Amino acid sequence: MNIIGYITDIFKGVISLLKGMKVTGSYFFRPWTVVTQKYPENRKKLEMYERMKGEIVMPHNAKNEHKCTGCGICELNCPNGSIEIITFQLVSEDGKKKRAIDKHIYRIGMCTFCGLCVKTCPSKALSFAPNFEHAVFSRERLTKILNKEGSVLEKGVEG
Amino acid sequence: MIFNIYDFTSFTQWIDNLLYSNLSPFWALIVEMTLIGLVFLLGYALVGLFLVYLERKVCALMQNRIGPNRVGPFGLFQTIADLIKLLLKELISIKHSDKLLFNIAPFIVIIASFLCIAAIPFAKGLHAMDFNIGVFYVMAVSSMGVVGILIAGWSSNNKYSLIGAMRSGAQIVSYELSVGLSLITMVVLAGSMQFSTIVEAQSDGWFIFKGHISSVIAFVIFMIASTAETNRGPFDLAEAESELTAGFHTEYSGIKFAFFFLAEYMNMFIVAAIAATVFWGGWMPLHIGGLEGFNNAMDFIPPFIWFFGKTFVIIFLMMWFKWTFPRLRIDQLLTLEWKYLLPINLINVLIMAFLVLMGWHF
Amino acid sequence: MVEEIQKTIDTEEEYTINMGPQHPSTHGVLRFVVSLKGELVKNVQPHCGYIHRGIEKMCEKITYPQIIHLTDRMDYLSAHINNAAVCLTVENALEIEMPERVKYIRTIIEELSRIASHQLWWCAFGMDLGGLTCFFYGLRDREKILDIFEESTGGRLIQSYNCPGGLMNDIHPNFQQKVKDFIKYFRKVLPEYDQLLTGNVIFQERAKKVGYISKEEAINFGLTGPSGRGSGFACDVRKRAPYHMYGKVDFKEVLYTEGDTLARYKVRIDEMWESMKIIEQLIDNIPAGDYAVKMKPIIKLPEGEYFQRVESARGEFDVFIISDGNKNPYRIKFRSPNLVNLTAINAMSKDHKIADLVAISGSLDLVIPCMDR
Ligand code: SF4
Ligand code: SF4
Repeated sequence: MNIIGYITDIFKGVISLLKGMKVTGSYFFRPWTVVTQKYPENRKKLEMYERMKGEIVMPHNAKNEHKCTGCGICELNCPNGSIEIITFQLVSEDGKKKRAIDKHIYRIGMCTFCGLCVKTCPSKALSFAPNFEHAVFSRERLTKILNKEGSVLEKGVEG
Repeated sequence: MIFNIYDFTSFTQWIDNLLYSNLSPFWALIVEMTLIGLVFLLGYALVGLFLVYLERKVCALMQNRIGPNRVGPFGLFQTIADLIKLLLKELISIKHSDKLLFNIAPFIVIIASFLCIAAIPFAKGLHAMDFNIGVFYVMAVSSMGVVGILIAGWSSNNKYSLIGAMRSGAQIVSYELSVGLSLITMVVLAGSMQFSTIVEAQSDGWFIFKGHISSVIAFVIFMIASTAETNRGPFDLAEAESELTAGFHTEYSGIKFAFFFLAEYMNMFIVAAIAATVFWGGWMPLHIGGLEGFNNAMDFIPPFIWFFGKTFVIIFLMMWFKWTFPRLRIDQLLTLEWKYLLPINLINVLIMAFLVLMGWHF
Repeated sequence: MVEEIQKTIDTEEEYTINMGPQHPSTHGVLRFVVSLKGELVKNVQPHCGYIHRGIEKMCEKITYPQIIHLTDRMDYLSAHINNAAVCLTVENALEIEMPERVKYIRTIIEELSRIASHQLWWCAFGMDLGGLTCFFYGLRDREKILDIFEESTGGRLIQSYNCPGGLMNDIHPNFQQKVKDFIKYFRKVLPEYDQLLTGNVIFQERAKKVGYISKEEAINFGLTGPSGRGSGFACDVRKRAPYHMYGKVDFKEVLYTEGDTLARYKVRIDEMWESMKIIEQLIDNIPAGDYAVKMKPIIKLPEGEYFQRVESARGEFDVFIISDGNKNPYRIKFRSPNLVNLTAINAMSKDHKIADLVAISGSLDLVIPCMDR
């Protein structure tokens, strides 16, 4: 056995080990490099990106109006049937019959957040909201009705 | 004053006398032993729990995390919460396992580590037993733990456990040698196997400085070998969670698992304590020959703080190893021992003997 | 009964253990039936299918834009690349030319996914070998990429950012700056990976000459991606059949000829450097323009067969579509690099230790959902 090779091997090995220890040690002595956060405490301060795909919502304006005409395109485009549209016939003052949304049912438990409903909606009635705390105690609560109670179609949106 | 934090000799003497003067010798002995047992049990649990917490915090900081922070201030009570959880957990018994051995194994492991503490001097006059062959005793007793691990692996009737146990057997049998030889190197320097004498001999300078080159080599080897002996760090082949799921304690649950867990941490403490005692002067403050003022200032810090300080620095070192290095493979492990550590160690003993003979140590 | 079964499994010479489907080192629900002699691996039989979801069959029932989100769920670590593969197939079939902007953005995000995937692989590989700290460093850096993804695409792991005809939405205004910041940061941090793991003697010893596979065998097994390139098989689709911007950017195809675990490891580390180079060339000159072309609301491919190769983070990912002119494919087939790479594991791990088997399967960087589909 080559004695010099043997000894250099040992030294090289030890040096390579020390290099690794330098990395971990340097982080140990720099506690401000900690990257994790204390989640429930910093809930108030958390800022999510506005595009985050947390859940599908239907934005309503101040007068409780939404833009959904009940055309059913989102239902058609959803790959896994998370959306169900229930419409009814609305008779307006001048006697014309019009389709209107009764319930826009959204099952978040089935949603894969592909974004197709948001993308294809002709009247841009849907959008993503950056909510991420979706835990609930019963499965039924995962089925949501997106249009709020008593809400109507915004003026000027044509279906 | 009987109670003196710088010297516990009179304090322990006083308890001893008190017991013997009031009770018959037999009962005095029994009471004394029970007392010591209780104190150690308490200390054992406290130190063990604290070490688990420390390890988590240390590794968390190395990994850019916060670590435990939920239970108590800074998560200090996290380990206690864990202990309660482990106590409440179901003890699973396995079909086709050797019930008796399966149940005995954790106790063997924990008793082995418990026996070791008896010999460790925590401060001046604060030790359970001052054997004249202390170093030898510690080495002998600490290697008993492997029996428990082997039994655990064998009796669980699980192939992963068996592989883990066999690995651990091979590992500890080999590394025992290095631990022993590196301690012997220091025994050569100290000229005694008694821990109290070893510590006293370092009153004018710790052995790591006194024996310079030889001591440093012995210390490095001792650190490597003892890390391997405690189944920790890069040498945790017996558990190797990414290969053997949990190795020898795969099938253990609840408090039996906690025993293995606690024993691992206590072994770490014991090994660090021995390293501190043999290489770094134990409870002996840092003394530099000739500097009276400095020595007196150092003496002002109580010995047990010195002892625990040194021990925890060494424990930190072991944690640092564990959280930096990848695990070795079994053949590398044996190569390291038989091709590197053992020859170096043998030569090192010779060098040390030579140094001592020629009087070239400080 | 138990004893009888045991006898058939364990002979005098060899015994069998099950690694997985629940085992820490199979990274998912893959099962290896390993025959061992002592610690030596004699035979490895992979069993897959534990998370078979029938994605290919599902795709036959849904439209082309809907297929995209299913490809996310195959190789979730290079989700964007899978998306792009399907989009490219559809776009090529319809003979639509993508705007330059789309190509640039797709390329950048693809390379970012590749870095993110290699980071995750690095940390998981480190953990397989017992270096737990690697895991957190890798995830820490990957988080930065995921943040970039989230800001622009809304998704972190699975982005569903592509659609036939371009992108779902335009990149976020911060995108360029953030990517540049990340590159600057990662150029500083990547050498740390080397210090921590690559240079380490223990790691070197564990990876060198472990899981050797020759170039011929690699080609025979169809190993692609970093696993193939570690054996010297020049199989980078980005070079062989350039798509997106890859024909126009300057980068090196990383090749190592050793064919062992260390070589495969080094290919990936070097690829991270190369990916950063590609991104740097593109990030400053993303041309203005549309982020998507207008597509018909219902996409129908003309009758015929269409094929597209892309380089995912793990190897060659192919999409093959047979269309009968309808809005959904008649048959769609994905070539998963993982499944093909897995086939080599028996040849690689013969007569190595169990610990090596873990290292080898780690070095192949298997993603199980892609394998099972
Ligand atoms: S949300 Fe949009 S697509 Fe869906 S029914 Fe309403 S208007 Fe139509
Ligand atoms: S995001 Fe996709 S899966 Fe979810 S509701 Fe919309 S279309 Fe359906």
